[in-house]
Amino acid sequence: MNISLFLQMAADTDADRIALVCDGRRWSYGALYRAAQGAARSIRASKTWHVALLDESSEASAIALFGAAIAGIPYVPLNYRLADADLGALLARIAPAYIIGDVERIGRLSADAGHAAWSRNGFVREAEAHADGPELDETAETIAIQLFTSGTTAAPKAAVLRHSNLVSYILGTVEFGSAPEDDAALVCVPPYHIAGIAALLSSVYAMRRILMLPAFDPDAWLALVAAERATNAFVVPTMLARIVTAMDANAPGDIASLRAIAYGGGRMPIELIDRALDLFPDTDFTNAYGLTETSSTVALLGPEDHRAAHRADDEEIRARLSSVGRPLPTIELEIRDENGKVLPVGERGEIYVRGDQVSGEYKERSALDAAGWFPTRDAGWIDAEGYLFLAGRADDVIVRGGENISPGEIEDVLLTHAAIADAAAVAVASAEWGEAVGIALACRPEHARPGEAELRALIRNRLRSSRVPERIVFVDTLPYNEMGKLLRRQVRKLFEG
Amino acid sequence: MKPGTKLKSVVCDTEVMVIRGNSDGIVACGGATMVDERPAERGAIDPAFADGTRMGKRYVDAGGTVELLCVKQGAGSLSLDGVALVTKDAKPLPASD
Repeated sequence: MNISLFLQMAADTDADRIALVCDGRRWSYGALYRAAQGAARSIRASKTWHVALLDESSEASAIALFGAAIAGIPYVPLNYRLADADLGALLARIAPAYIIGDVERIGRLSADAGHAAWSRNGFVREAEAHADGPELDETAETIAIQLFTSGTTAAPKAAVLRHSNLVSYILGTVEFGSAPEDDAALVCVPPYHIAGIAALLSSVYAMRRILMLPAFDPDAWLALVAAERATNAFVVPTMLARIVTAMDANAPGDIASLRAIAYGGGRMPIELIDRALDLFPDTDFTNAYGLTETSSTVALLGPEDHRAAHRADDEEIRARLSSVGRPLPTIELEIRDENGKVLPVGERGEIYVRGDQVSGEYKERSALDAAGWFPTRDAGWIDAEGYLFLAGRADDVIVRGGENISPGEIEDVLLTHAAIADAAAVAVASAEWGEAVGIALACRPEHARPGEAELRALIRNRLRSSRVPERIVFVDTLPYNEMGKLLRRQVRKLFEG
Repeated sequence: MKPGTKLKSVVCDTEVMVIRGNSDGIVACGGATMVDERPAERGAIDPAFADGTRMGKRYVDAGGTVELLCVKQGAGSLSLDGVALVTKDAKPLPASD
């Protein structure tokens, strides 16, 4: 199995249909497949071990993804936002590599590693120049993609996704050629994020036109929706927040074509999704939960659930706006305690998943257990109707005198306070309990800062006394990475010393 | 049959990729056993297996032992040990990415 089959099938079915639009240039499925074959010839000739991308999304990222697959060389999109020292370490780990993107930086950080470095335009010209050439033998390589995890808690791990994982995910969730010819998906997540890769594969298999936005900017996003009549888009919550702010500042152009917005990759504040549902009354919203190690989505909260929960009077239905929906029918999902025992409905534990799309594999070792289950290290619980709620990372659990406390439950209560814009609960050292709760809060400028006694009473009344914070700090903003993930390691530092 | 193996029809243009192959049975297209390499001469389609294959469709047997993805469509239809395979649809999900 090989993911390049998807592009080949699309090109065989309708070579002239537009596959991709980037910076004004349009690529048909036929042209994109030919460029991918040309890239594969160039990659094979380079005798390198990995194909890396050190660049924003563009036609080059699509050509590199499929070209690497045809060549049978693992594709490694890198995070160009990493600091020099961190990026240099990753470049050393993948040497020798065929690298597309920031040639100057590659030369400066990894000069003697035997890399073949190409600029974005140089690579595209090279791929097109070799579009005609000798027949390419099929490859036996089983690894499609190697993605370095974001490393918010430790050194980045190299997650391995095999062709079989990705093929299984796409075949199980997308019907081939199902997109009408005027469908267009706007892709603005970085190419090193699993959602960016899944978006490319899903759109190609559905034969949906891909609109690449290399660098996210809310006004550019809105302009591209209007200009290309985008019908679908995937955003992370911070992007949606910026789009909403931009729409409040200036009335956007005609964006009525936008039928569906999917989001994921981080916690969605309930007031933001409420606001978005009001601003886009005719758009279908889908919340997708997944991990790199699971080939993207494993659970979905669909459009009907969003509209039912929006402005619902029933508390339980209303609460579903903060759930990630139900597991895909093609995977299995369980909540387990720390001894591996499966927990009943309503109890918090670690989320385990199993299925063909689940790789659970790192370059160094597989994290799957003997029966094929992957411990996600995400904490969560399932309600009586089968809706999955996330409760932070399992590593983020605060253990106070032997009692497990999930930060999410405390944060949810704090966010109900009108003055609090953002909240994070973390473990702080406690002589008495081992660990206790510390909370970091960002307040709304227009409100008076609430008193510590008031906040403690709020939590004591809504939860239990063990959840009451021992320490409280106020900050201007909480630290997030560029994908909108809260950096709890940095929050914990606020309480040190 | 190993997943990833490609099989070709000897009576039409159909090509399939094996997704799941837990069967020792005979996979046929248009009534004739499918092969790895297509011969120069093309045989005749058995009228009992002439409904055609559709690009991108997955075909399974009732027992779920075999699953084939059509990667080139043709005039013959697929069978396992003489029993016609049926299509399997992707679960209709909202586009999530």
